[in-house]
Amino acid sequence: MKTTITVNGQARALDLDPRTSLLDALREHLNLKGSKKGCDHGQCGACTVLVNGERINACLSLAVMHDGHEVTTIEGIGGEANLHPMQQAFLEQDAFQCGYCTPGQICSAVGMLKEAADNWPSQATEDLGAAIALTDAEIRERMSGNICRCSAYPQIIAAIRDVAGEVA
Amino acid sequence: MRPFTYERATDLAAAVKAVAENPGARFLAGGTNLLDLMKLDIEQPTHLVDVNRLPLSAIEDTVEGGLRIGAMVTNSHLAADARVRARYSVLTQSIVSGGSGQLRNKATTGGNLLQRTRCAYFYDTSKPCNKRHPGSGCSALEGLNRNSAIFGASEACIATHPSDMAVALTALDAQVETVTPQGATRTLAVADLHRLPGDTPHIETNLAPGELIAAVILPPAAAGGQVYQKARDRASYAGGLASVAVVGTKVAFGAVAHKPWRAEKAEAALAAGASAVEAAHAELAGARDNGKNGFKIALVARMTVAALDEAKQGRGA
Repeated sequence: MKTTITVNGQARALDLDPRTSLLDALREHLNLKGSKKGCDHGQCGACTVLVNGERINACLSLAVMHDGHEVTTIEGIGGEANLHPMQQAFLEQDAFQCGYCTPGQICSAVGMLKEAADNWPSQATEDLGAAIALTDAEIRERMSGNICRCSAYPQIIAAIRDVAGEVA
Repeated sequence: MRPFTYERATDLAAAVKAVAENPGARFLAGGTNLLDLMKLDIEQPTHLVDVNRLPLSAIEDTVEGGLRIGAMVTNSHLAADARVRARYSVLTQSIVSGGSGQLRNKATTGGNLLQRTRCAYFYDTSKPCNKRHPGSGCSALEGLNRNSAIFGASEACIATHPSDMAVALTALDAQVETVTPQGATRTLAVADLHRLPGDTPHIETNLAPGELIAAVILPPAAAGGQVYQKARDRASYAGGLASVAVVGTKVAFGAVAHKPWRAEKAEAALAAGASAVEAAHAELAGARDNGKNGFKIALVARMTVAALDEAKQGRGA
């Protein structure tokens, strides 16, 4: 089935079996191996990408559902020559050990910061009528869809804190 | 995953017709539950009708003073809506207690209502399950039933409905607006959408094959506080062991029955002047367990009392 997806700013024409997940389309058809397949069931978050600016699990979506959409993977967030502030912060805070979950963590963190800036609530939000204060409890709750088997969680929070700034 | 054909619906009536006329067809919304179940060979559709681009993504004020939520509104957008937060905070509280940020960005209002049980035996295709194979038996009855139902279960099935959102919608007296295979619009209460298992646990809702949820309609909220409490094994991103939604003196339970459980006996007790403890016990007197899920009875009683007390103090009002 013919599908055109704009991936990291470039329109990519694909002809796919409808069963192809967005994750497999990115990895196996477009050779973008940054997005990782961990559980393939939406439980680990290693496949997190941004679709039209919002984070989703690429493993739980069919590529054909995304015709005309804009997808940003870790390769589009930044690379060695132009690191995104979140990537730089992960390096500086040593926010990974094996690194397998890291692309998903970074895409998720970038999407999460926009959600918080847009004042979307989370389970950690005590006052639904007030502006979101991105406390550590908020960051932990909002990042709970990304698992790190090496358990670099304290450093991941530190890296996200570096980018988000301190709570006023 | 088994092969299937795919079409992207652009017309509501045509989408309903496409599914109604093809027994192997299913609607595809967010897909976070359906595609997962297809990978596991539990769901086996031969044709998917993608309804994501139908014009069902608006949240509109109703003339009655409530809200009409399009079925394709994502869980995230619904939880973040300023009107929902101000007037229906129990709905926001329930949604943000379910899934992860990534899942809520994809999952839809209609799809959330129609998600399927997380019973371990429904997921284990090597075991009997009356939902997957009617007549094969229920493995949970004498198996790992720690998270099974304590209300309304049958010998055929003790599975629970996993939605948090639906529990809040039940306490809010929400209605579902559907389009029938004949092209008519009908409404039914969210409380009447799902069925108890009886002898046919594979039939989970009162929707006809091909009937599409188009919207959820919220009436003006009842007066009083609004509270959603959820107990689970992890602090975040885990299904509920039990949950309680309170809107004023309206009460609904989650993860304890085959459908969101309206606590009518508790509500009647409260209306008759009973205390929160008495009201909780009035409802829980009808609970039955299968061994490992007996803890839910005391748990739900305590959660009900706590949620009623919080609502009485004005939380979420």
